[in-house]
Amino acid sequence: MNGKETGFHQARWNEPVIYERTSPGERGILVPEAEEEIKNRVGDVISRVPKGMRRKGTANLPEMGQSRVLQHYLRLAQETLGRDLNIDVGQGTCTMKYNPPINEAFVTTSKIADLHPLQDEGTVQGVLEIIYRLDQFMREISGLDRFSFQPGGGSHAIYTMAAMVRAYFEEKRENRNEIVTTLFSHPSDAAAPRLKGYKVIIVPADEDGFVKLSSLEQVVSERTAALFITNPEDTGIFNPHIRQFTDLVHAAGGLCGYDQANANGILGITRAREAGFDMSFFNLHKTFASPHGCGGPGSGAIGVTEELAPFLPVPLISRDEVSGRYSLNYDLEHTIGKVKDYYGVIPAIVRAYAWIMSLGADGLRQVARVAVLNNNYLLHKMRQIKGVDAPFAPGEHRLEQVRYSWEKLANDTGVVTTDIQRRVADFGGHYWMSHEPWVVPQPVTLEPTESYSKSELDTYASILEHIAREAYEDPGLVKGSPYNSTIGIMADHSYLDDPKKWAITWRGYRRKYRSYFEPVDRS
Amino acid sequence: MDKDKVVHPYIPNSVPRVQKEMLAEIGAKSIDELYELIPDDLLFKGKLNIPDGYQDEYSLRRHMNELMDKNTPTSEKLSFLGGGCSPHYVPAICDVINSRSEFLTAYAGEPYEDHGRFQALFEFASMLGELVDMDVVSVPTYDGSQAAASALRMACRITGRKTVIIPRSLNPDRASIIRNYCYPQIEVLTIDYDVRSGLIDMEDLKNKMSGRVAGIYLENPSFFGIVETSAKKIADLAHENGALCVVGVDPISLGVLAPPPQYGADIVCGELQSLGIHMNYGGARGGFIASADEERIVSQYPTRLFGIVPTVDKAWGFGDVAWERTSFARREDSKEYVGTMAALWGITAGVYLALMGPQGMADVGRTIMQRSAYAAMELGKIEGVTSPALKAPFFQEFIVNLDDDAGKTACDMNELLLDRGIYGGIDLSRIFPELGESLMLSVTEVHTEQDIDRLVRSVRQIVEGR
Repeated sequence: MNGKETGFHQARWNEPVIYERTSPGERGILVPEAEEEIKNRVGDVISRVPKGMRRKGTANLPEMGQSRVLQHYLRLAQETLGRDLNIDVGQGTCTMKYNPPINEAFVTTSKIADLHPLQDEGTVQGVLEIIYRLDQFMREISGLDRFSFQPGGGSHAIYTMAAMVRAYFEEKRENRNEIVTTLFSHPSDAAAPRLKGYKVIIVPADEDGFVKLSSLEQVVSERTAALFITNPEDTGIFNPHIRQFTDLVHAAGGLCGYDQANANGILGITRAREAGFDMSFFNLHKTFASPHGCGGPGSGAIGVTEELAPFLPVPLISRDEVSGRYSLNYDLEHTIGKVKDYYGVIPAIVRAYAWIMSLGADGLRQVARVAVLNNNYLLHKMRQIKGVDAPFAPGEHRLEQVRYSWEKLANDTGVVTTDIQRRVADFGGHYWMSHEPWVVPQPVTLEPTESYSKSELDTYASILEHIAREAYEDPGLVKGSPYNSTIGIMADHSYLDDPKKWAITWRGYRRKYRSYFEPVDRS
Repeated sequence: MDKDKVVHPYIPNSVPRVQKEMLAEIGAKSIDELYELIPDDLLFKGKLNIPDGYQDEYSLRRHMNELMDKNTPTSEKLSFLGGGCSPHYVPAICDVINSRSEFLTAYAGEPYEDHGRFQALFEFASMLGELVDMDVVSVPTYDGSQAAASALRMACRITGRKTVIIPRSLNPDRASIIRNYCYPQIEVLTIDYDVRSGLIDMEDLKNKMSGRVAGIYLENPSFFGIVETSAKKIADLAHENGALCVVGVDPISLGVLAPPPQYGADIVCGELQSLGIHMNYGGARGGFIASADEERIVSQYPTRLFGIVPTVDKAWGFGDVAWERTSFARREDSKEYVGTMAALWGITAGVYLALMGPQGMADVGRTIMQRSAYAAMELGKIEGVTSPALKAPFFQEFIVNLDDDAGKTACDMNELLLDRGIYGGIDLSRIFPELGESLMLSVTEVHTEQDIDRLVRSVRQIVEGR
């Protein structure tokens, strides 16, 4: 059965904004009251707060019975297409893989959920052991020497790398003010170093999609503090010269940071150590199967060589070899301090640990190999669709993802990639184009991961094939989509870009509009 | 046995027959061939030193249970630990919603197929906006500390200045995160606090305030739990100098405490954990930033902002406001950076606020204030114990000082309480030595009179050497 023939229609509840469902006096939940004895002894404590610091009246929150709150949010849930519900190969670079529910069972137990971060170490030996052991696993996977799990996502890990680079060169009393990255690296590889005061130099790829060593040679100098590079890049092309890159930067005295946010195609296949990197990070919410949670919480596990270990954020987890006892170790000579509250996103850490333990060393390799097989299979299917192309690296296989181009289809039909994106929603799928800028014209980035079966990949390809045919036969149909999704098309983007028109909260909306987007008369 | 041939439940195409079919279609002889771009000397030839997997789920569960059994959570004991991460009651529906597959496993879908995600986060912002009395609220950032750090960077961009002020009474970890985030472009000055009250030292603030200062950051309640009663004066002083006033809040206090704009805050930020999120060893956090709807401020947010949009069929649509601000659009020219942060906790906090409603938030604030006041008062009746040690109104957290008559250090006290099955308070003696042998305790709506009486009894017994 092909996806396009299923008669799919996503839930369309026309669910009001929650404030439209309020009914004064209803209660969603009651709160424990202080005991009579306590009330008698302390009285109304709020009156001890000076008047100007007390709330006048109550906050304007919805008033809804419990069942209606549940119903409202379940409807919104149904109007959200989680990975579990679709063939989620359309969000390239995001590694939308299977998130095993057994791992949710671990993180929702009281044994994890109800731990306070400052409990006595003797009462948290289990969670400390999990963090410690995950550190050991990550060292194996990367070849690096020490990991911190403090960053709350990949971009946060890039920021942490930049902070360590700065601390490292300040310690060495070397003044280096540039960080080099590539155009196909994640946008945060450019944005986060800037925040740490670096001038960011972006090396473009050549017409084959490879960054040439000679291009890098032109920009690396005694001013170079570090190279931050994603590999494989967003195109799914592995940079075969990566070791020469790191050698070049090291020869100039710089450091090398490996963006392995998405390492799904190379687990157990190739590592940061052998490629010559001083630092690297993995996104536990991508490669290591922690769910994405609508956009976090994630986790950026950051690893470094022995030389850089003293600069990591504190604390790390140590194990006493004699007693076998785990403890929080704040004793790092050059630590950059903290980048996040406490010890990182514990649920993501526990899930990643459990996921690795379910696979083992051989299973991790199997993950990577199947992810790459699936991607090349999908690439093969995509090449048979009219109007789409896979630019760069002609004839080469790709690793875990491919950035395709609908340039020909757009030229032939006028249907552009954003049109296709909306139309995919009509078939119950996701579709993501590209990071910006769009070096590849009319892009779409597909990453099938190891989680989907051959028949599911066939289905996804058949959906795109169907839409491409529609584009050639009836372009207006694609341009007017979606039809079977949660809402109809939002045609006017000025409501998002014009400060006079945007409304970021319901009260903001009520201030600007009377009835359905009818502006309040300001005269 | 060749482990590559094992069929794993998470990997459908680990079936050898299927792999053969796929390779044949691609026209490749083996999966190895697909890796041809990786130079031979970069191929890892060894075997990772990682244990063999527990491939059956039951064995995995046994293994994980053994590890987790080494934890003794607060739910199995009596705990008064707080300091920015506190036990509050989590309504069942919060957990039901955030564990739904649709929300748990969605990511970055479009405003159509992920309409519900956009609406839930818009509503989160709308409800939090009412709580803090602001028209703009961000999609969640990593945590409250990150929100404070970003809010201060925003203040710098808005004013074009490069100095910020934070109080020394701040959680030292939060101070470290802020310093780290501001470095190297922004100078972070620290103002002292009055040891008797815990309040910001106004004289010190006046000395450090100048036309170079972009913003002052203060918290209500502060790390010590006290209400910064001079907040209005502090905000006025900031404004007189052309600086912004940035206020960090614990949102669960805002049913009873004033929303910060009422005393002059320009930017409000805070941590969401108290709104329906389990503590998770400090690993379930979300931060927010809020402000008035002014373009000069909105254009400086680093985070995503969701706005409401009309659709052709007159439904509510949602999308990203001012996308061009973000690092997704602008890379190195953006405002800070944005990425995967903490959206699920924003949705959860929204569910919490919808359940609580106006009365629930007022009630929970009152219960916390009454119970914590009771605990502080009763502890203060013990010989050698000064409680509350700071002379200022407080919310939820308070400091207990042990003098020589108590004959115990804060560290001793915690150990002896632990022997009695109680996780005591945060030992401040090392991080704030000027406060002496002090513990900071957190009492919330989950602590009953009985729980508090047990704590008081235990402390009394310990002080009396029993």
